[in-house]
Amino acid sequence: MNEFFTQAILIATVASGIRLAVPLLLASLGETFGQRSGVLNLGVDGIMLLGAFGGYYTVLKTDSVWLGLLTGIGIGIILGLVSAVISVTLKAEQGISGIGIYLFGLGMSDLLFQKLVGTPRPVSSFPKLDIPGLSDIPILGEMLFQHSMIVYVAFGLVPVSMYIINRTTFGMNIRAVGENPEAADSLGVSVVRTRYLTVTIGGTLAGIAGAALAIDLGIFQQNLTNAQGFIAIALVYFGAWRPAGVMGGALLYGFVNSLVLQFKTLGIIPRSWSDIAAMAPAIITILALVLVARRFRQPAALTKPFTRGA
Amino acid sequence: MSDVPMLEMRGITKRFPGVLANYRVDFDVRSGEVHTLLGENGAGKSTLMKILYGLYQADEGEILLNGEPVEIHSPMDAIERNIGMIHQHFMLVETLTVAENVALGLPSDRGFRTDLDAVSERIEALAERYGLSIDPSAIVWQLAVGQRQRVEIIKALYREANLLILDEPTAVLTPQEVDQLFVTLRQMTADGRGLIFISHKLHEVLALSDRITVLRQGHITGKVPVEGATRESLAEMMVGRQVKLVPDKPPVEVGSAALEISGLRVVGDRGHETVRGLNLEVRAGEILGIAGVSGNGQREMAQAIAGLREVTGGSIRIGGVETTNLKPAEIRKHGLAYVTEGRLRDGAIADFSVSENIMLIDHADPRYLNRGLMDFRAIREHSQMLVDQYAVKTPNLETPAKNLSGGNIQKMILAREMSGTPTVLVASQPTRGVDIGAAEYIHSRLVQQRAEDTAILMISEDLDEVFALSDRIAVIYEGEIIGIVDPAAATREQVGLMMAGVRPEA
Repeated sequence: MNEFFTQAILIATVASGIRLAVPLLLASLGETFGQRSGVLNLGVDGIMLLGAFGGYYTVLKTDSVWLGLLTGIGIGIILGLVSAVISVTLKAEQGISGIGIYLFGLGMSDLLFQKLVGTPRPVSSFPKLDIPGLSDIPILGEMLFQHSMIVYVAFGLVPVSMYIINRTTFGMNIRAVGENPEAADSLGVSVVRTRYLTVTIGGTLAGIAGAALAIDLGIFQQNLTNAQGFIAIALVYFGAWRPAGVMGGALLYGFVNSLVLQFKTLGIIPRSWSDIAAMAPAIITILALVLVARRFRQPAALTKPFTRGA
Repeated sequence: MSDVPMLEMRGITKRFPGVLANYRVDFDVRSGEVHTLLGENGAGKSTLMKILYGLYQADEGEILLNGEPVEIHSPMDAIERNIGMIHQHFMLVETLTVAENVALGLPSDRGFRTDLDAVSERIEALAERYGLSIDPSAIVWQLAVGQRQRVEIIKALYREANLLILDEPTAVLTPQEVDQLFVTLRQMTADGRGLIFISHKLHEVLALSDRITVLRQGHITGKVPVEGATRESLAEMMVGRQVKLVPDKPPVEVGSAALEISGLRVVGDRGHETVRGLNLEVRAGEILGIAGVSGNGQREMAQAIAGLREVTGGSIRIGGVETTNLKPAEIRKHGLAYVTEGRLRDGAIADFSVSENIMLIDHADPRYLNRGLMDFRAIREHSQMLVDQYAVKTPNLETPAKNLSGGNIQKMILAREMSGTPTVLVASQPTRGVDIGAAEYIHSRLVQQRAEDTAILMISEDLDEVFALSDRIAVIYEGEIIGIVDPAAATREQVGLMMAGVRPEA
C-alpha cells in the first residue's frame, strides 16, 4: 500500500513537473531565437502576462481553449513586433527597453482584468490527450503521454527549433547575425529582417506561453506569471543558447517546482516555511545558471544594435 | 580585352558632417590589372570603396560597370554585379564553419535547407585553382589569420567576383604569406579579373600594382603607372611634402642591460601559456625591435613587463632591479614607460581631456598637488609644456582625447610616457594606424629617446618600421625569441621565415 502511494506520488510529481515546465519552455525557446540573432528581449514576462490575460478572457467569452491560444499568438506577434521596432529599428538599449515592455504588460493585463472581468472566474482548461499506445505503458505512459496537446507541442518545438537553427539557411542567418552582423550584412543577409523575424518568433512563443499558463490553470490574476518570463530568459543562458539545453533548464525548474508543491501538500514543508520554499525553483535555477552557463560563450553581438557602416 | 574599363567611377563626391571625404574622384579599373588606391588614414580610400560596395551612397558622381551606368545601394547589389570585397577586418563569423561562411547569404540548392556538402565541393575546386588550400568543415575561430584571409578570398570567388576590392589585405600576414597571396592575386588577374588594392605599405604597392592612384584629404593627388614610381615619390603624394621614410640614426654608445627578461612565462586570455620561457635583454641606448606575427605572445610579454599580467615563471629586471609581478605603479617608479598597442583601449581614456590623459600617471605626484588636492595651475602648465614639446595638435587642453586624430593621440601618449625620462620604454605598435607625417615624428622621437640612453623595446607588426628603427631585431614565435639578427645584415626574407617559425641556422 505504502509502495503504491509512493509510486503514485512520484508519477504525479514528474507529470506535473513536465506540465509546469511548458510555459517556461515555450518562452525560452522563443527567447533563444532572439538571442541567437543578437537581441535580448527582457519584455518576455510582460508579453506572457498579456498573452495570459488575452487567452483567459477569450476562453471566458467563447469557451474555446483553441481560440484562447490563438489570441495568445496574436498578442505575442503584435508585442514581438513592437519589441523588434524598439530594439532593432530604434536601436534602444536592450537592457532597459525590455523592462518597459514588461511593465506595460504587467500593468495593462491587470487593468484589463479589473475592467473587463473584475472577480476571478475559472474557465475550462485544455482537454487531456492520451497518445494512443504510448499512454498505456505503465508508469512512463502516465508520466509522459497523458498530457494536454500544448505539452506535446511545446516539447515538439525543441527538435523543430534545433533543426531550424542548425540545418536551415534561415538558422544559419540567425547564427551569423548574432555573432557578426557586419559580416552577414556584407554578404547580403538582412540583419534587420532576420532580427525582426526572430524577435517576433520570440514574442509569439511568449504569447503562447502566457496563454498556455492561464488556460492550463483555468484562471487569471494579477501578475499570474510570477516572473516566469525572467526565469525563461535566464534559462536561455543556462541552456547555452541551445534548444536542448533550454529544455533541460525548463524541466529542472518544473521538477523542482512540482517537488516543492508536492512537499507542501504532504506537509513535509511546514506552512510557515512555504513562502521561502516557493523561492526554491528560482534560487536553484540561478545557482545552476552561475555554475553551468559560464562555460559557454554568448552570441558575440548579443544586445548590440546594428548600424551599417558604423 | 575591350577598351571599356570594367569599372569607372566618375566625379565621386561624398560629404559627411564637417568632412569632405571624397571630392570629384575619378577612378577606373581595367580587366586584368591591379590598380592601387593609396593614401593616409582619412584620405578617403575606404569611403570610395564603401561607395563602390554599396555601404555608402555618393552625393555626386556616377559609377559605370563595363560602360553601363549602375546604382549600387547595398552590398547585395554589389555582389550581384560581381564586385567582391576583402575587408581589412575580416568579415567572418567565427562560430560558423568555412563552408557556412561561404554559403551565407546565398540561396541553397535545397531551398529551405542548407546544402553545405555541395558548397564544400565547389570550395575545394576553387581552392585548388588558386592555391588556397582550406578545409571547408573547419570552424573559423580555429583558423590562423592567413587561412582566414583565404576564406575571405574564396567567399568572393565563390560569388564570381570579377572586380575585387582588397582593403589592406597584407596587414596581418607574414612576408611569406604575402608572397603566397600575391601569387593568388596574379592568378586572378591572369583570369581577367580586375583588382583594387588598398595599402599603405609602399614596397608592396610597388611590387603588385599596375597603376597607382593617390588620395589626400579626399582629393586625387596623383595617378601614376608603377613604372617610374618610387617609395619616396608616392609618400610625397600621400603627405604633400617630402617625407623621411627612414629616420637618421646617429650612432649611440650602447650601455649596460636595462631590461633583462629571463625564462619568462605568461598565460594569455584563453588560459593557454602564450609566453614560453622567453629570454631577452635590451641595453641602454638601443632600440630592440620585436618582429613577429601578431598573437605570438608579444602582447602578453609587454603586459607582463608592465605588471598588467601575471608572470607565472621567470623574471624581469629593470635597471638591475627585480620587478617581476610588482604593481604597475611600482614598476613605473623603477623607470618603465609603456606605450600600449590599443591607443584608446588602454593607452588613453577617450572621454578624458588631453590634460587629464597626460596626468594619468602623475596625478598623485606632489608636484601637481596642493594640500592633497589637484593643483590645476601646475597641471595646466605641465600639460601645456608637453603638448607644445611633442607637437600634439589639439584645439586646447580640455578637448577630449577621442576628438584627436590617431597620430595626435599617439603623440600625447608618447609625451606622457617619456616625460619622466624612462630607463626602459616598451612601445607596442607605436605607429599602427597613424599617418605618415605623425609616424615620421614618432620615429624621430624614439630615436631621440635612444640618444638619451633609454632602452627601447619596440614591438611592431610593420617590418619596414622594425628594419628602419631597430639596432637589433628579435623575432618572436610562439612565445619564444627564436633568433636575434642585425638589421643591416639580415634580409626581410630571413626575418619572414623566422616569423613563420623557421629557426635560423646556428
